[in-house]
Amino acid sequence: MINLDHWRDIAQTLTRHRLRTLLTAFGVFWGIFMLVLLLGAGRGLENGVTTRFGGIENVVFIWSAYPTQRSLAGLAVGRRITLSEADVDAINARAEGLRRVYGINRVGSWGSAQYVTRGAQSGSFGVKGTHPGLDQVENLQVLNGRYVNALDMQQKRKVAIIGTRVRDVLFRADENPIGASITIYGVPFQVVGVAGSFDPTENANNDLETIYIPNRTLRYAFNQVDRFNNLLLLVAPGADAREVEQQVREILRERHKIHPQDVGVLGSFNGQEEYEKFLGLFAGIRLFSWIVAIGTILAGAVGVGNIMLIVVRERTREIGLRKALGATPRAIVSTIVQESLVLTALSGYFGLAAGVAVLEAISPLFATNDSFRSPEIDFATALLALAVLVLSGLFAAWLPAARAAAVNPIIALQDE
Amino acid sequence: MIKLEAIHKYYGTAAQRLHVLKGIDLHIEPGEMVAIMGSSGSGKSTLLNIIGLLDGFDRGQYQLDGKRIHRLRESDAARLRNRCIGFVFQSFNLLPFKNALENVALPLFYQNVGRRQRNARAQQYLEMVGLGNRGTSMPNQLSGGQKQRVAIARALVTQPKVLLADEPTGALDSVTTGEIMALFRQVHQQGNTLVIVTHEADVAARCQRRIVLQDGLIASPALEHTQM
Repeated sequence: MINLDHWRDIAQTLTRHRLRTLLTAFGVFWGIFMLVLLLGAGRGLENGVTTRFGGIENVVFIWSAYPTQRSLAGLAVGRRITLSEADVDAINARAEGLRRVYGINRVGSWGSAQYVTRGAQSGSFGVKGTHPGLDQVENLQVLNGRYVNALDMQQKRKVAIIGTRVRDVLFRADENPIGASITIYGVPFQVVGVAGSFDPTENANNDLETIYIPNRTLRYAFNQVDRFNNLLLLVAPGADAREVEQQVREILRERHKIHPQDVGVLGSFNGQEEYEKFLGLFAGIRLFSWIVAIGTILAGAVGVGNIMLIVVRERTREIGLRKALGATPRAIVSTIVQESLVLTALSGYFGLAAGVAVLEAISPLFATNDSFRSPEIDFATALLALAVLVLSGLFAAWLPAARAAAVNPIIALQDE
Repeated sequence: MIKLEAIHKYYGTAAQRLHVLKGIDLHIEPGEMVAIMGSSGSGKSTLLNIIGLLDGFDRGQYQLDGKRIHRLRESDAARLRNRCIGFVFQSFNLLPFKNALENVALPLFYQNVGRRQRNARAQQYLEMVGLGNRGTSMPNQLSGGQKQRVAIARALVTQPKVLLADEPTGALDSVTTGEIMALFRQVHQQGNTLVIVTHEADVAARCQRRIVLQDGLIASPALEHTQM
């Protein structure tokens, strides 16, 4: 029974107690407002981090980790597997859902620093091979100069991209590192780029203390032509990184005759798993936001229920009269429910609008921020918030409406 | 029109039961104008509530316009009240935030009559009670007599079978009482059935028939009829 008269009645009752209505409405307003802000902020954090992830969810590293511990096909235990170009070719030929496989080498063992000099300056830094186009995957942002390119690889050029920490140690602030020569492990390289890191984890520090050189140059200059330290798998968009890793492990197991249960032989890092951890974190933040906001909304709804109870009590006589004149309990309930819905919906709508307005207003402030970007709530979330509102409105109306429906016209109309 | 047979009504719990109506037999024909009299506590309001379907009864038979009334659901009672019964109260019970016209139109709202038609019919009844030009007045701008006229128009707007008035002149001075009674007579002459609860003898005297309640029973049926 939606009717103009109902709406006028509702407007009348609500405006007769303006302050009380406003205070109550504010409760719901605040709940929705907080929900929008919290969800928006959570999303902003998520947006910031996922942009910085730069596609690492599509990256899998595989390396030879431990000697074999179980024998297969008559081979002795204690063998070390060496990943080679033949492995790369086999993977390229057989694995599905793979964009590209890169072999990666390092000077020295994993994580060990090399003695690097430049004139009188010197320092110890990791030296890592890389390929053209891998700057994103390495979480690198070239600040000066360029990254490794195809010609570098082809001609095995001795060029280097240095992290900013490396630059700070080897060069004075007023020096331009581009074009300068540095000596890595006795081999001279020319600096062609300086890179910063946007890795979201503490690995960023390692990245900044690393020197990147063309992988092919590294293998030929540092005597690693026969092997790769690790394989970098770029998973095709839409493919499951876990599945791709399993395929590649299968191929390598077969080629190197590794026992299926000898799981420690090949080590791996799966970016998708890391990414999912972050997704889980953000799901947690979202859940937390919802719990806090729903609590606030419910508190607001209790306030609305409270005011409606008072309204019902004050209007007992009117309700009794309406019943005597033929209002069914249902008609009475519908009036009360509509009033409460109007109150929650209106205040909630303003909360939604205000929340979105605030998000819009602060969004430009974070346009250049790396860890927090474009806070927003999507349409589905807004709809969900609206549903929560309507539900809380019904919840708020339930007790007062029951009270109103139970009004006995005989008692309500008794003359004092 | 109204046919009550051996109506009994109790109030309270089984342990402490109050026997309010002790077997009321009452027939009211269509077009009659009946006064129910009685001292306070005689059960006249209870009787009126039962006739008006606001209250149930414990034993007996009640037929309203040929329809047997027994343990109605609340929503059914509301619908029957809306269509068959018009109420007039001692304290008028107009909604203070609605104007006279809207007050009169209110029962039609619960019949889902459209706004335009509601107002047209309400205006018609306002004119009948002589307040055709006060439709936009709020209740607090009307005198007591005018308020009661609006209430009577409201009771009549659904063209009910029975008009029930509970002390309709209890809050009015004698001049206004006379006017209101004249209005009731006019309503009666149009063929409506009226039941008026009153303790004022001169009000009762202007009705066709008087019924006196005493301790939950109809007393002195011999005095029932007066010549009009």
